[in-house]
Amino acid sequence: MSGISRRNFIQITGGAAAVSTMGFSNIILAGKSAGHVVIIGGGVGGATAARYIKRADPAVQVTIVEPNANYFTCFMSNEVISGERPLDSIKFGYKNLESMGIKVVQDYASNIDAKKKHVVTKKSGNIAYDRCIVSPGVDFKWEMIEGYDAGVAANKIPHAWKAGPQTALLHKQLQSMKDGGTVIIAPPPNPFRCPPGPYERACQIAHYLKNNKPKSKILILDAKDKFSKQGLFTQGWKKHYGYGTDNSLIEWVKGAEGGIIEGVDAKTNTVTGSVEEYKGDVINIIPAQKAGKIAFNAGLVNDKGWCPVNQQTFESTMHKDVYVIGDSSVASPLPKSGYSANSEAKVCAAAVVASLHGKPAGIPTLVNTCYSLITPDDGISVAMVYNFDGKKIQKVKGSGGLTPMDSSEAMRKREARYAHSWFNNITNDIFGG
Amino acid sequence: MKLNKKVLGLIVLGGLAVSGNSWSGTASALDLANTCAGCHGVDGSSVGPATPSLAGISSEYFTETMASYKDPEGRYSTIMSRIAKGYTDEEINLMAGYFSKQKMIPAAQDFDAKQAKAGAKLHKKYCEKCHEDGGRSSEDDAGILAGQWMEYMQFTMDDFTNGRRDMPKKMKKKVQKLEKAKGAAGMTQLMHFYGSQK
Ligand SMILES: Cc1cc2nc3c(=O)[nH]c(=O)nc-3n(C[C@H](O)[C@H](O)[C@H](O)COP(=O)(O)OP(=O)(O)OC[C@H]3O[C@@H](n4cnc5c(N)ncnc54)[C@H](O)[C@@H]3O)c2cc1C
Ligand code: HEC
Ligand code: HEC
Repeated sequence: MSGISRRNFIQITGGAAAVSTMGFSNIILAGKSAGHVVIIGGGVGGATAARYIKRADPAVQVTIVEPNANYFTCFMSNEVISGERPLDSIKFGYKNLESMGIKVVQDYASNIDAKKKHVVTKKSGNIAYDRCIVSPGVDFKWEMIEGYDAGVAANKIPHAWKAGPQTALLHKQLQSMKDGGTVIIAPPPNPFRCPPGPYERACQIAHYLKNNKPKSKILILDAKDKFSKQGLFTQGWKKHYGYGTDNSLIEWVKGAEGGIIEGVDAKTNTVTGSVEEYKGDVINIIPAQKAGKIAFNAGLVNDKGWCPVNQQTFESTMHKDVYVIGDSSVASPLPKSGYSANSEAKVCAAAVVASLHGKPAGIPTLVNTCYSLITPDDGISVAMVYNFDGKKIQKVKGSGGLTPMDSSEAMRKREARYAHSWFNNITNDIFGG
Repeated sequence: MKLNKKVLGLIVLGGLAVSGNSWSGTASALDLANTCAGCHGVDGSSVGPATPSLAGISSEYFTETMASYKDPEGRYSTIMSRIAKGYTDEEINLMAGYFSKQKMIPAAQDFDAKQAKAGAKLHKKYCEKCHEDGGRSSEDDAGILAGQWMEYMQFTMDDFTNGRRDMPKKMKKKVQKLEKAKGAAGMTQLMHFYGSQK
């Protein structure tokens, strides 16, 4: 494809779309193309799908539409917040994808015309597809917290639930906070991306405070009454951060006891709970979530705001030849995680390639694992293997589960090392190396 | 990858088998193996620093290891027993076929050249008999040591010596002999030798 400008490429493939209504697409560029797949979102799901389509069949043309030049992983971003690793270490570009022949168009997809089979972009016009894969991550329900919106989040009260500038802002706020300050973390109601994430964040921040600002405190104002890996986190908080004592670095207020927050005042740094008001020196609000905006624009969502799919292929049940993977899709029993999105992308890539060749889809097999770091040397994990029962994805009975509560310090240290290995391997799998 | 047709074949080979209402089917070797990449690396070559590479593993050693992870009395692991329990014997055999055919990309890790040199000699004397070809071979039902992540091998030796994993009797003899002759330093030198192998 080298030597052909971005704009030309889009026009050429746009032309091909006219042909493709006659049957199997004849993309003009490569005479023997097996079809054109347009992927919306170059995050975990999108980049993995692109690579695995190319691995399965290099003759399939793959275009990613992604507004950002670089992607910052959310995983390990809590370590950036605490200062354990630099922001650059979670930053990934698209060079390796491009060297596989994947076209990356830096643009924002504003809609999908599922009848005419093209993606509408902000700057690059319409991009025709034979199959479209949508992996836009999550969007926030700002309206659920009065006084909170994208502007407030960008400058004053970060969510840091999409990594990059938000991660940097929260890190900076923590660094400039005085010793003795209060950090408020407000986790969202279910379902949301990375269920253990807010509690791992509390650990990472507590680790930073313990070593740098020991008179400070973390107040978790939770929308829920229980949370992921609760037993292990509580055990870790007790062991390392004095949880349950008068000097605890961490206090957790559950939803039923006033943890649900209704509003925020960015001027006075005050959070309004259902029972009382809380003042914080650093405030991190993680809003309730829904599918990415493009999914709403393109009519891919159900009444709950997520995208239902055929769980064998991840093809949308709303639009033919459009597939949704990652956080936006209804992939339960898989949680909304990076490992899930990576696993779903592989199932989807195989199904898309099979379908372009007029073959039936294979049988899905998936894995999820989430590591969390309680301290840099104390790692815990949850894992699960999934298969397909003919209609739906199901957990394989007897598989998976949590790190045992009684595992030794040495084994927790191993898990921390394996957590970092996981980060290196999965980012290599997603973005190439 | 230039395996175009082959890979596609594998995808379809998984195939569906629905008879009446009962569903039965097995995912393809490739699709199964791809789910492990998030931890073990693309095509089973881990970029580390601790999770082991699987590429080039002998299928016997692979199937025995997975069976041992599934067994509550079997080999200790931080996470693999939770994962291995998710697979049938048939699925494990398919993955064994896949990983044994992959070419291992040796770990890019720091090692001490002096220690590695000393380790080379110790390897010949104590380990080569079973870990042939300088630890490159995964025959004799053992894993690949040359180019494996040193940290993983240290964890593993720790499991062997502390009874979390059964050490083959004859290997135990050699390890004890080594310990007697060289102390703990000998094992460290061996690790640097394996770690230095490209
Ligand atoms: C603090 C934190 C810690 C986490 N830790 C872990 C962990 O340890 N393990 C784990 O497995 N998971 C973890 N996760 C979850 C993981 O990051 C997500 O589940 C994963 O990123 C989901 O992948 P995705 O492809 O759905 O979305 P994303 O990775 O967010 O990718 C979406 C991409 O789409 C682009 N996009 C959106 N809309 C458009 C549009 N209209 N047009 C074009 N492009 C668009 C975005 O710019 C983005 O690049 C964590 C999350 C957080 C917040
Ligand atoms: C969450 C990360 C993770 C996933 C996913 C994972 N593994 Fe592992 N694997 C490990 C770790 C860590 C070890 C080291 C043992 C331990 O502590 O669990 C390991 C060890 C192994 C070993 C032993 C290697 C040797 O040389 O003895 C085999 C075999 C193995 N894994 C196979 C697999 C297969 C097959 C899959 C996919 C179905 C898989 N693993 C998925 C993390 C993972
Ligand atoms: C008599 C044969 C024999 C000798 C000698 C021997 N080993 Fe082994 N080794 C084995 C076998 C068999 C296994 C696999 C055990 C199992 O299935 O759990 C193994 C496994 C290992 C492993 C774990 C590999 C993995 O992937 O998890 C390491 C590390 C290892 N040996 C190191 C050594 C070292 C170092 C020496 C020399 C001091 C040595 N061995 C000598 C037979 C031997």
